[in-house]
Amino acid sequence: MTALLETSGLQKSFGAVVAANDISVAARRGERLGLIGNNGAGKTTFVNLVTGYLKPDAGRVVLDGLDIAGLAPRRVRRHGVSRSFQIPQLFASLTPEENLLIALGIASDDGLSSWQPARSAAMTAGLEDLLARFRLREYRDHSIAALPGGVRKLVDVAMAVTHRPKLLLLDEPTSGVAAEEKFALMDVIMRALEGSDATVLFVEHDMEIVGRYAGRVLAFYEGRIIADGTPDAVLGNADVQRYVTGMTP
Amino acid sequence: MAGRLGILAAALAAFAALALLGRVLPNWFVLVATLAFAKGLVALGLVVLMRGGLVSFGQGIFFCAGAYAAGLAMRSLGVDDAVLLLILGGVAALILGLIIAPLLAGYRGIFFATLTLALSMIAYGILDKTYSLGGSDGINLHEPSFLGYHPPTPQAVSYALYALTSLVTVIAAALCRIHFDSLRGLLSLAARDNEIRVEYLGASVRRVSGVNFAIAALLGGVGGALSALSLGHIDPDFTFWTTSGEFVFLAILSGYASVTAVFVSSVIVELVRSFSSQYFPNTWQGALGIFLLLVILFLPQGLGSLVQRRRRSQGESEGELKPAPAPVPAETSQ
Repeated sequence: MTALLETSGLQKSFGAVVAANDISVAARRGERLGLIGNNGAGKTTFVNLVTGYLKPDAGRVVLDGLDIAGLAPRRVRRHGVSRSFQIPQLFASLTPEENLLIALGIASDDGLSSWQPARSAAMTAGLEDLLARFRLREYRDHSIAALPGGVRKLVDVAMAVTHRPKLLLLDEPTSGVAAEEKFALMDVIMRALEGSDATVLFVEHDMEIVGRYAGRVLAFYEGRIIADGTPDAVLGNADVQRYVTGMTP
Repeated sequence: MAGRLGILAAALAAFAALALLGRVLPNWFVLVATLAFAKGLVALGLVVLMRGGLVSFGQGIFFCAGAYAAGLAMRSLGVDDAVLLLILGGVAALILGLIIAPLLAGYRGIFFATLTLALSMIAYGILDKTYSLGGSDGINLHEPSFLGYHPPTPQAVSYALYALTSLVTVIAAALCRIHFDSLRGLLSLAARDNEIRVEYLGASVRRVSGVNFAIAALLGGVGGALSALSLGHIDPDFTFWTTSGEFVFLAILSGYASVTAVFVSSVIVELVRSFSSQYFPNTWQGALGIFLLLVILFLPQGLGSLVQRRRRSQGESEGELKPAPAPVPAETSQ
């Protein structure tokens, strides 16, 4: 099967700090990849390079045969790449429903007319589907500030999938969520993505989450990928145990 | 569609009521209301901008552009039809806005506000020293006609201008309400909250701001043309910083929850100004300042938030209050 995403020789430095060092990855359509590594290992930099927030110093980001490296996030999104954020990036003065309506409106071709009401029939259908898939119905009218952290994460991810991305990058979807709630949260997200052939890359620190939801794992250390393979193989790798998980081999 | 038609129907009803009111109210009030509505249009444009997270301290430049376009068309081209003049005023300000917009596109916050102020003061300096445009004395305008109708008395002119201003006001208010309730209107609020997320969702914050800026310029120009016709005189003070400050005052006073609040605020301020300048001419600015202070302290979202509060309390009384959110989505796995 051909790769949906291929990065080759990705390089990014901030002064003397090398945040991405020759990162070459290929991800197939529909794959679920877990990105692990300590803080500062380069996981989020990789996400930022792929989604256009950062421009690489060198290297290519090829999506479906098209080099998208250096394109602005808005243009990268048009090519089918979407992301969620470690700290949910929501519209704080609006309700979850309005956040999702905006995402749906931008994703649709004619949703942003000044004449079309925000709650048109077409938008409402898409909205109800999203609210149901992400179990957000009971929170639809609440203020963002009043939402629990896990629900904010769900709204953030739901906004990212409104245009049916080919590639979805989730930056620490369970960070800041209580340990006993992490699996429930990931279950909701993964079930919401069922039926989609999107390639999903998620950054995660909880190895149980990685082991359960990733089909393949990339381990980052000092801007490089030090292991790439199945969860069992990567989590059993001596370098990963020494530099990432902190377990003695 | 029903919502939009409802808004347009309400606007027409409001126009009918205002037109009738103009028949029974004293002429001085008609004059005050005309000026208040005209300035309210400029403030409404500012509210459009503020919903997108931008505040212009130089909106007077569009007010002035509309006024001078109307004045010069009357003086130099012999155009005396009020409808044509206000269209010319709006178009001139819109064109100016489209020229200025690329210069301001990359700026936000205080930088945007200060740049708009700087541009308006440059315009003031130019107009003040351009004697072919009347210099600091400005230009006088004569009474306009209305689609071929020449009102026979000054009172009839006042009423006709009031009716035209009221019509433009209700149309602008209705269209802005429809815009605010649309997804593009919601997108303005989103851009104000989180520009990065808007870009990540695939929309251009620059485009959102550009559209809002153009709407604000157009409304500023129309308001300027109507004010010029109402006052019968234009001078460079139309773009002086205190004039722009007055529009910011109105926008803060009204808030952005209700378009009607913009015009109510404008009428209140014009009335306070009229009475205060008559009875205590040296301290009326102080009275306005105290009024604004009280609004900021007790109604930080402006007068329009009273409407929101009322709607919210009605919703609560109808049992729409949602229960406190549960800590986790109702889904288990293990």
